[in-house]
Amino acid sequence: MGNLYSGAEIVFKCLEDQKVDYIFGYPGGAVLPIYDELKNHPSIKHILVRHEQGAGHAAEGYARSSGKPGVVLVTSGPGATNVVTALTDAYMDSVPLVCISGQVPTHLIGTDAFQECDTTGITRPCTKHNWLVKDINDLPRIMHEAFDVATTGRPGPVLVDIPKDIQFAKTRYLKPKKEKKINGKVINRFNQKDIDHLINLMSKSLKPVFYTGGGVINSGPKASELLRELVSLTGFPITSTLQGLGAYPGDDSLFLGMLGMHGTYEANNAMHDCDLLINIGARFDDRITGKIDEFSPKSKKVHIDIDPSSINKIIKVDLSIVGDVSDVIRSTIKTLKKKNLKLDKSNKQKISKWWQLIQKWRTKNSLNFINSDEIIKPQHAVKRLYELTKDKDTFITTEVGQHQMWAAQHYKFNKPNRWMTSGGLGTMGYGLPAAVGVQVANPKKLVIDIAGEASILMTMQEISTAVQYNLPVKIFILNNQYMGMVRQWQELLHEKNYSESYSEALPDFVKLAEAYGCIGIRAKSPDELDKKIKEMIDIDKPVIFDCLVDQDENCFPMIPSGKPHNQMLLGPKDQEENKIKGKGKVLV
Amino acid sequence: MVKSRSAYSTPSKLGKLDTHIFVVWVDNEAGVLARIVGLFSGRGYNIESLAVAEVDHKKNLSRVTIVTTGTPQVIEQITLQLKKLVPVHKVANFKREDKKVIFKEMSLLKIVGNSVKINKALNVCKKFNPVILDQTKKSVVIQVTALRREIDKMIKNLKPLGLVSASRTGAVAMTRGAEIFN
Repeated sequence: MGNLYSGAEIVFKCLEDQKVDYIFGYPGGAVLPIYDELKNHPSIKHILVRHEQGAGHAAEGYARSSGKPGVVLVTSGPGATNVVTALTDAYMDSVPLVCISGQVPTHLIGTDAFQECDTTGITRPCTKHNWLVKDINDLPRIMHEAFDVATTGRPGPVLVDIPKDIQFAKTRYLKPKKEKKINGKVINRFNQKDIDHLINLMSKSLKPVFYTGGGVINSGPKASELLRELVSLTGFPITSTLQGLGAYPGDDSLFLGMLGMHGTYEANNAMHDCDLLINIGARFDDRITGKIDEFSPKSKKVHIDIDPSSINKIIKVDLSIVGDVSDVIRSTIKTLKKKNLKLDKSNKQKISKWWQLIQKWRTKNSLNFINSDEIIKPQHAVKRLYELTKDKDTFITTEVGQHQMWAAQHYKFNKPNRWMTSGGLGTMGYGLPAAVGVQVANPKKLVIDIAGEASILMTMQEISTAVQYNLPVKIFILNNQYMGMVRQWQELLHEKNYSESYSEALPDFVKLAEAYGCIGIRAKSPDELDKKIKEMIDIDKPVIFDCLVDQDENCFPMIPSGKPHNQMLLGPKDQEENKIKGKGKVLV
Repeated sequence: MVKSRSAYSTPSKLGKLDTHIFVVWVDNEAGVLARIVGLFSGRGYNIESLAVAEVDHKKNLSRVTIVTTGTPQVIEQITLQLKKLVPVHKVANFKREDKKVIFKEMSLLKIVGNSVKINKALNVCKKFNPVILDQTKKSVVIQVTALRREIDKMIKNLKPLGLVSASRTGAVAMTRGAEIFN
């Protein structure tokens, strides 16, 4: 008979066996036994956040920059409800999180006890799976299963709700078993026939394009390497979703830039006019497709995804390959080489006309903007930030809004896991806590949160966490005093009725930084921008950088609602000629 | 030209709706029904009827039968989304018109009235082998097993004959012949 351990001890033994180094959390009544046990496990370090949502986003940042699951520890009731936004965010963007929540003792469940809530009920639609542990003997198995579910297949968040009496109760510990897939859920379902079919399509295509997404990043760094090999083998143009940035070098000549609502002219036109569209690990999100009925009308479509339910969900495809992106690309490359098709040579000729067309689109220079000597243009600020940090291995997180799109457009990523942004859920306030998590996972690296002044105020308190743990994150605020994206839509769609999108009272961010015990820097004019950015980079402490930018700048190019890919709004000049049209005054 | 006032696309034309019967084998554990029902409500699929009970005590398996309508695309999504749920083992789905599958629903019908009405009522159900479970001078409880639409019709006809209460299980399904699902 083995030793008996308390539930709290078992939680930590599981975390140790799952090779967890950091947990992000906030104590409270219903998790005190687990917190009490923390001191006995020196290999696991706890990062105390200021709000449970921050713990969730920090764990997301940790997971996305390290490739390991993020672990969150919160108390019952408000602790659990506060983490719901982060769980939903992780669910939408497929980030592996394991959230452990305390619960009131089992005999009080259902009695509206103090800090009781139906945590598993509330988090059921925003987790891959969740468990309420009612019997101590189930705890070791459930904990290991939680890590298994979070990290296999399409990754995502899970939650384990542990009542306080279970944390005290004792049982034997069980090591993780390499179990067969839970209820027969297999990952790779493709076979050589599918790959042959894909290669057949590739060899026939005159206008191919790769459309890659976050699935490539989630498949691990090897997938990005393989993707680069596949692209160079074929010479096909490649575009990426917001989440996929970094899987392919942003400054490579075969890369068309990001696609979608604020994607480049060449990427969106390539999507519209191609005859073969190869989706690798992306999900035809509505920010990508624009008008569904007119989405890439002339193409054969291939969808490579680990999640079978992503296939044919929005866009009907001609060939679906269900499997891990790395495995599919590896098979494809292997077969390509074996068949000795020399696609790079023969194809270059075949698709040269296609490339000529793409070059023509490129001359539109759709990310262009009119720079100014007097006022800092937000795009210019991001470009300078990129130029001054590109030689370092820099990690970028963002909040949500215009600044996020400008960052995606103008910051070029060369490696996977360097770009952490809330895409699916679009959570304002994501960037700062995510940066905290990224810095925890990458202690010596430069971590910058490109932020907006409205977003940052939603989770501002986490700068205190950064100060406590000496995490030198840089908060680069593009401050235009507006909720910029809201203002932009109001300008374009609601007759410039700027309803509640202007912040009448903003804090002095430099003083705020000082109050929190970090450094504040303000840049007001273009001529001091470079100097101040360098100053920020050199400071080995958290910095809040208040970059005062043009208040009226809009984010272009843009696919207006109800429009297909080939009808984009370009910069201010183009707008006059191409007023937003479209049927349906339907409010969705 | 009307300006689009939305950041989202406008809905495109809906395809043809079909009625399908889903059969789902799940671990019989707390919350599993909520997961399935939540999947339907959360993604906007409708449920026409739902029947669930444990079928294998040893393996702790329950069998859920759900009748739903949707476009072929939606039906495919329901199948794939259901298969993703951790406690789900197997999912089968059949068109209602599928001749290879038996669909049946059981109903308990209470009729209150004099013997003339009761006899008339029994006559209405005669075709479906009614079983009388309880009878008094003024009332009768009948058990009928039939197709959903047949029961619908029967209830309509029984209303004037003193039907006061109807309880229905929702459809359950079984393949014909020696074949089993999947």
